[in-house]
Amino acid sequence: MAYKIKKGIIYLLLIILGVICLLPFLLMAVNSTRSGNEIMTSFTLIPGDSLKENLDIVFDYFNLFRGFLNSVIVAVPATLLTAYFSSLTAYALAIYNFKGKKLLFGVIIVFLMIPGQLGLIGFYNLVSKLKLVDNYIPLIIPAIAAPGTVFFLRQYILSTLPHTLLEAARIDGAGELKIFHKIVIPVISPGIATMSIGAFIGNWNSYLVPLIILNTPSKFTLPVMVASLSSSTDISANQGAIYLSITISCIPILIVFAFCSKYIISSISAGSVKE
Amino acid sequence: MENLSWFSTFGLVKGGMLMDKGVVKKAEKISDVKKKTKKRNINNTAYLFVLPFVIVFLLFSVYPVLRTLQLSFTNFKGYGKAQFIGLTNYSRVIKDKFFWRALGNTLNMWSVNIIVQLGIALLLTIVFNDIKYKIKGLSIFRAIFYLPNLIATTSIAFLFKTLLDWRFGTFNQLLRKLKIIDMPIDWLGSIKTAPYVISMIQAWMWFGNSFILLMAGVQGISKDYFEAATIDGAGRWKIFTRITLPLLRPILLYVTVTSAIGGIQLFDIPFLIGGGTIGNPNGKLQTAIMYLYKFGFETYQVGYASAVAYVIFLIILVVSVLQFRLYNRKEAQ
Repeated sequence: MAYKIKKGIIYLLLIILGVICLLPFLLMAVNSTRSGNEIMTSFTLIPGDSLKENLDIVFDYFNLFRGFLNSVIVAVPATLLTAYFSSLTAYALAIYNFKGKKLLFGVIIVFLMIPGQLGLIGFYNLVSKLKLVDNYIPLIIPAIAAPGTVFFLRQYILSTLPHTLLEAARIDGAGELKIFHKIVIPVISPGIATMSIGAFIGNWNSYLVPLIILNTPSKFTLPVMVASLSSSTDISANQGAIYLSITISCIPILIVFAFCSKYIISSISAGSVKE
Repeated sequence: MENLSWFSTFGLVKGGMLMDKGVVKKAEKISDVKKKTKKRNINNTAYLFVLPFVIVFLLFSVYPVLRTLQLSFTNFKGYGKAQFIGLTNYSRVIKDKFFWRALGNTLNMWSVNIIVQLGIALLLTIVFNDIKYKIKGLSIFRAIFYLPNLIATTSIAFLFKTLLDWRFGTFNQLLRKLKIIDMPIDWLGSIKTAPYVISMIQAWMWFGNSFILLMAGVQGISKDYFEAATIDGAGRWKIFTRITLPLLRPILLYVTVTSAIGGIQLFDIPFLIGGGTIGNPNGKLQTAIMYLYKFGFETYQVGYASAVAYVIFLIILVVSVLQFRLYNRKEAQ
């Protein structure tokens, strides 16, 4: 009996913790359907009927779809570049022997441990020298060099890709790049998928770098656009609209999460193998 | 490769009845030369494969880090010529009490966060590995606990800024409805609560991540240890403190070090909740990176901001090395 009660208490505590994780998002969704007045005066978990009104206020103030589109324009190519070039680099590091291989790998390890903000000033300085301020290029092209992804995929290739497969393809006369495209990519695709989801979420949520690079409001990515909320809206009057814009900004990630949570979780565990 | 050629030679000897040993050796030599040239050609393509990475890496990762170092010795203001001024920026950083205040704020917010975050993650790890209660639903709980980590920090910041608004915020209404408080609390406006609200948001965002890492660590421990201990009559608590916890130490170290490195770079949430680099209330939310941002991108004392970046980096380096040292010493004992 005591066993069952204790077990029940454990489950109850776990559920409470789960509610703490989800409640803010639930309140956000509910409040985005209520008017500013209702939100200010009362608390409820029942959706209101002001969704249409709030939508109008949000889109009067800024074009969230534009922000959406901008984020897609940045995050999708950046993720594809990271996926392709990291695989290619990791494959070369794992399979071939070439001069400078050890040096390259060493530098990659060092940069894994250097915090991203260290080069922030130099990065902005470079971007302004190249006249690329307020341009998407400095947000997309650097994705070609993702040391963390290269490191992970190198380990992955070493542990999953059978050498005999490559030998067989070479005997059949396949070129090296063809081998990479037709054999290596399909074999390591689970590893690539895992890292790509992580890269996409990182790119989609990125704030500091787009904040310093982009100046024109119509070019803002979603996080930068959402962050500009604070500066000009009268918060007490438009709370419903604020909740709604936050809700809209969360939707893509929630969709990715609904379909890929398994990959996401395994990518975190994979990260700990780094040691 | 070597193994493969040995196998084929072996096959040749066995199959080729007419060949004597000398011929076999010759054939082997010829094929070795051929293989070597081919190998060289194949390995040359490796340069082609790593070239895009190397170019972009040098330009957008290595160069900015070195350029920041160079700028840190100058009085660069974002335009015009930069003048070399030696270590002046560094001595200014060391003497600036506002830099140390920002660093102190950062550490204060981080330390409360890591205690709460690791505490919850460890408790969850114990619960989900308990042999007596056999708690189910790991994958669903794990997914829910991880969810806050996925949402953009800007959205999180605004969500909590709005929920915790002291006059109109839903959180105070909820607490009043549950009769926990009578008067609304100014969570984000008081220096007594604001930094810890940030810590709790951070802990809320990251405990799921730590939990997943710890669980992965436990799954890496051989089942034999647990079985042997159970046979020897060790209780659950003893198993946890004598086996699980010591074997989890590398993962705990990893979680703490990565969290410290991430924590010292705290920016988005206090920046948005504290109303910009000022870090209100009363500068309590101004973190080290907000301080850097203020000089690098608001007042354009770029040289000084670069020195700030390197001082922060050196502190991270020292902290990481100390943590590893501490860990290794304990390991040795």
